[in-house]
Formats: sequence, C-alpha cells, structure tokens
Amino acid sequence: MNHLSLIIKREYLNKVRNKSFIIMTFLSPLIMVGIFTLVAYLSQLNNDKVKFISVLDESGLFTDQFTDTPSLQFKLLSNTSLEEAKSASEENSDYGLLYIPKTATIDDLSKAITFYSEDSPSLIVMDDIEDAIEERTNTLKLREAGIDAQTIKDLRIRIDANLETFQGEETSKLGSGLKLAFGGAAGYLLFMFIIIYGNMIMRSVIEEKTSRIIEVIISSVKPIKLLLGKIFGTTLAGITQFLAWVILIGVLSAVVTSILGIDPSAVPSPQQEMIESGGMESVAQDVIMEIANLPLANLIVMFILFFIGGYLLYASLYAAIGAAVDSETDTQQFMLPILMPLILAVYVGFFTVIENPHGTVSQVFSYIPFTSPVVMLMRIPFGVPMWQQILSVVILFATFIGTVWFAAKIYRVGILMYGKKPSYKELIKWLKY
Amino acid sequence: MEKLLVAQNVSKTFGNYKALNDVSIEVPKGSIFGLLGPNGAGKTTFIRIINQITMPDTGKVFLDGEPLQPHHIQYIGYLPEERGLYKSMKVGEQALYLAQLKGLSHQEAKTRLKYWFDRLDIGDWWNKKIQELSKGMAQKIQFVVTVLHQPKLLIFDEPFSGFDPINANLIKDEILTLRNEGATVIFSTHRMESVEEMCDHIALIHKSNKILDGKLIDIKRAYKSNTFEVGLHTQNPEAVTAELHEKFEVSPATFKSINNELQYKIKIPEHASPNDLASYLTTQGQLTHFVEVIPSANDIFIETVQKN
Repeated sequence: MNHLSLIIKREYLNKVRNKSFIIMTFLSPLIMVGIFTLVAYLSQLNNDKVKFISVLDESGLFTDQFTDTPSLQFKLLSNTSLEEAKSASEENSDYGLLYIPKTATIDDLSKAITFYSEDSPSLIVMDDIEDAIEERTNTLKLREAGIDAQTIKDLRIRIDANLETFQGEETSKLGSGLKLAFGGAAGYLLFMFIIIYGNMIMRSVIEEKTSRIIEVIISSVKPIKLLLGKIFGTTLAGITQFLAWVILIGVLSAVVTSILGIDPSAVPSPQQEMIESGGMESVAQDVIMEIANLPLANLIVMFILFFIGGYLLYASLYAAIGAAVDSETDTQQFMLPILMPLILAVYVGFFTVIENPHGTVSQVFSYIPFTSPVVMLMRIPFGVPMWQQILSVVILFATFIGTVWFAAKIYRVGILMYGKKPSYKELIKWLKY
Repeated sequence: MEKLLVAQNVSKTFGNYKALNDVSIEVPKGSIFGLLGPNGAGKTTFIRIINQITMPDTGKVFLDGEPLQPHHIQYIGYLPEERGLYKSMKVGEQALYLAQLKGLSHQEAKTRLKYWFDRLDIGDWWNKKIQELSKGMAQKIQFVVTVLHQPKLLIFDEPFSGFDPINANLIKDEILTLRNEGATVIFSTHRMESVEEMCDHIALIHKSNKILDGKLIDIKRAYKSNTFEVGLHTQNPEAVTAELHEKFEVSPATFKSINNELQYKIKIPEHASPNDLASYLTTQGQLTHFVEVIPSANDIFIETVQKN
C-alpha cells in the first residue's frame, strides 16, 4: 500500500473510531429531531387552547363581523359599561376585551379602538382582529361613498404574470423561490461543512505537534503527502458523518411522525400559509414541475465540483494554521482571515445574489475563489453561461493548488517549530526556507 | 575504512541565522559515531538534512556512495529528540502503521514486531493505547519502531532520556548488538559517559561549524598533555613538595588511596619520558600511584568549546 492511502486510512479510522465523533454522530440528529418535535408539539398545544375574547361594541357596527375559529371565540357584550366589562372579562380569565366606542364618523374609529388584556396579546391574534375591523370599515366607507362592495370585488382582477426568457424557457416566481432554496441550501451546506471539518483538520494537525510524533512521521513521508492524507482522510470521515446525519434524521423524523402523530415539519411558517392559500395540490404539482425545469444535471455536477474545490481550498488553509501554532488557543489570530471571506461569501450570496443574480457584484464574487463556491452555487440555478462556470471552477482549482503549495510550505516548517507563536511576518519568512 | 555516510560542505541558513556552515562529516561503516555539540549548535539541523526533512542550501550528502534520494528513507532509522506517538492509538496498530510507512509490508511488519515485542518482553502491550503506558514504556515502542525495518543507518538523538538505568542499559546493549550485526549508528547526546562507553568516532559541532572530528582514541591522544597523577609516600613532605614545584608543573590531585601520601598531578615536557619522572620520584620516597591522565570526552568537549 502506498503512503498516501495508508495515511488516509489511518486518519479516517482514527476519526471515525473517536468516541466524541461517534457520540456526536448519533446525538446530533437526536437533538435536532427532538427540538423540532418539541417545537411542533408545543405550538400544537398552544393552538389547541381556545382563546375567549369579549367584545364591547358601542358603535353597533360590528355585530356580525367577528366569526369564531377553533382557537378564537368571540363573546358579544351589551348593556354594560366599559369598567364592568373589564372586570367581568378579567374574572372569566378571558384572553382579552375588545372595546369599540361610539364615534362621530367611521374615520374616528382608526385611533379609538382599544384591546384590554392580561398580558400583551399575540401579534397574530391582533392582526386577525384588526383585519376583521378594517374589512367592515372599508365596506361601510364604500357604502357611504355610494359604491357597492360586491361591485368592487367583481371588478378586481388578479394578475399572475407569466415569466419567460428570451430563449423561450418558462420560469415563474415559484421557480425563482425554488432556485434560491437550492442555491442557498448548497451554499449553506458548504459553509457549515468547511467550518466543522476544517476545524477538525486543524485540530488533528495540532494533535500531531503536541504528541511530538510529527518528526517520526516526516522522516518516513513527505510533509505534502501527510498534509493531503490528513485533508482527504478527515473529509471522508466528514462525509460519513454527514450521510449518517441525513439518514438518521430521516429515519427519526419518520418514526416520530408515525408514533406520536406529530409532524416536525408542521411548524407553522408564513410560506406554508401562502402555499396553503394557493391550494395544496396544485402547488405541489407546480413544485415538482419547477424542480424538473431546473438545470439539474448542471447543478449536481457543479455542486460536486465547487463543493470539493471550495472545501479543499479552505481545508488546506486550516491545516496550515494548525501547523503554525502550538495549541488551539493560539489559532485565534489566524482564524479571522479565513472566516472573513467565508462570511462575506454567505452575505453576498444571501443578499446580493437574491436581489440580482447577475449583477456586477454577484459576478465578481463568483470568480474570486474564496467566495466563488458559495456565490456561484447560488447563481447557477438562475442560469449562468457554461463558460463562466468553467472559468470559475478553473480559477478555484488553480487557487487550490496554490494554497496547497502555500500550506505545504508553512506546514513543512511549522510542524517542526515548537514553543513560540509565530507572527505573520515569520510565516512569510517560512515560505522562503 | 569504507564510509556509509559522507556529508560534503553542507550549509544551511534559516532567514538570517546560519544553522550549519560548511560542515563535512564522514561516518565509517559499522561504527558508532557520536555527534556532539552544545545546545543550538546545529546537530539537529544536520540530522534532519540526513533524513531529508530539510534540504541543505549548499553541499552534498551521500549514503553508501549514492547522492541522497527520497527512497533512501527506508535505509535510515531515526529516533528524534522530539518524539512521541499517537496517544489514542493502540500500540500494535500504531507500530504497524509506522512500519508500513517505512516500506514494510503488513505481513512482514507484523512478524518482525512479534519478534521484537517478545525480545523486549512487551508482547502484552499490543492492544493497549499509548496513553495507558508510562513514558519509558512508550520509549521502548519508539525504539522498536525505529529499528524494525533493519536500516543500514540508525540515528539516535538522546536515546536514553526517559529511561530508568535498567532499561537504558537494555537499550544500550540492543544498540551495540545492532552495530555488531552490521548497522552504523549516529548518536547525538549530551551524556558524555555514554559517548565514552559507546562511540568509536566523534564529531563536535559548535556554533554551526564542525570544530573537531575523528576516532575517539586519536582525539584523546591528541588532547593528552603528558600529565601524570602520582602518589608519593615520603618522610619529608614539605621539602619534597617544594622541590617538585621547582622542577615541574604541579597541580594538586585527589584520588582514593589507603596511604597517607602526597597526591599531585605532574606535567612533563612533550618529549620527556615518563620513565625519567618515575625514577626521579622513587628517589624521593615510595611511589604508590602513577597513572597517565587521559582526557575524558567531557574534558575534550568543554576545552574545545571554550577555546572556540
């Protein structure tokens, strides 16, 4: 067996057999699914409780306006004063009391209505109540102006613009959302992967230094082989852990859903409401169609290339840092220059690319190798010419070779340096050794 | 005598610091070669150059007549001063890994490890983790790993540090056995008594320069100063002492003796015969002790380093 595969094998087995690695592999999905289950369970609990709201309507305009829902029940009060109503609803431990006074004009109502409650009321409940009041006042205002509300409703046309590129590809807003989701997920995944496993590589280089085995090893193999072996071995361990997480989370979610009858993904979110209002089935069909419309083959190939390139690029830098210092506490001063471009990439990705996928800023950052993996991955679903993608990949891999050379230099000198924390100036000097 | 390792005019600079300046060293086959020098003299840099961990700026190194090449790594066994093992790895697995990195096959490595583990009586450590072993125990494993691939050239940097006297002796005997079986040993240490005991050649590096090398016996011959330690039993010590001081370069000496005698170190001129000194002394009283002072490696080390 040649040296490189020996080293990769050792690094891989060493990581995978490590107790804390095993614990984290099994514990993380448990914790994640546990938290989501808890949140889903709690929000169900919350929704199950019926909230009673007393309404004291002195204007008499809203008698039929408030309709009960499973979680909200309205009680109309009459012939009581505000003070009496307040104490009554407090005694009944109602959720709150809505007080609508009599005003001269409808416009005066806008500032006159008060909601009394024990604690600050939920924003969602208040929105619902305000919507109901506004709907009624609008109708009344229209009637005042001599317009029938039904006429307005009939006149209203809902516009849903069809989007199409000059090349004749049909797109849609839903598609854009999906593209964002795809790109964002890919970029975020890479970001997390780099931070978690880059650190792991750094620690394993430091371990070799602190255990003082390094000189024994590099009297047998070239430092660059050790460096590459460490990067590949740790990466394989990382992929193993990631796959284990995906499978475990999948299995656990299925188990939780079927046993407890709680759907962890049922945590209410605005997007879901939007989808629900549009009719569940047709949207699901649209989603599948839009996914099919995405340049899937292109996406997958580029995802793999950018993922590997971007990860290796950062991994070699992490290894160089590990070699330059004696202990993990000394790494701080070198971490910032690594994290900055990474964080910048995510910011550019999530703000600039979303706003304008093909703007100048997005384009520039999708060529800079330290940001291109995240930014370009987010741009590709929106359609990037193939030559641009290839150019970016080439720049990325060329830079990777450059950083490996740089890291190997630092590594070769750094692994034999003990005792003092090097400055940037010294690191540059090491390159010339 | 045939040379196993020849270094010609090797220089190495780190930034502004010259670690080695034009050092040439020849290590004869089958010898135990002591590489000596004060801390920071450049010994470790020289050893790392032999191991191809660092490359010399100028100069050449030959192993067995060939210029040093990457594949020569398998002919060298190196026990560095900064040594250690993976703490969380099992002894056997780790030894196998390190042996395979030196080019042994898995099967071959296993067979040889079994032999060495039995020989050093550490067979039952195979499944233990390094962190469960004491420092001395870990050192034994390290020694085995260093010699396992039967290298032609063994390089030991402070091999006895961390060993108790019994194990230090055991390792010393193993090194001598390996030499007798044909290996050449380069031995870097600050413990002069082991140099005295084991080395037949030495080289002294000081402030990046080689300032002394050769056979230990030849060096000692060159460094002896025609000084003799004498014990003289006499009735009239004051008069004899005065006369001795007049005739020779005399300094006080102390050695163990059952007699109540005068004890001196007496230096005679370079070509004078010790016989003359002895016969002169017998005329002054009873000669109880007469030994030539041979400089120890320690003396030579200190004298040479201070002179430079």
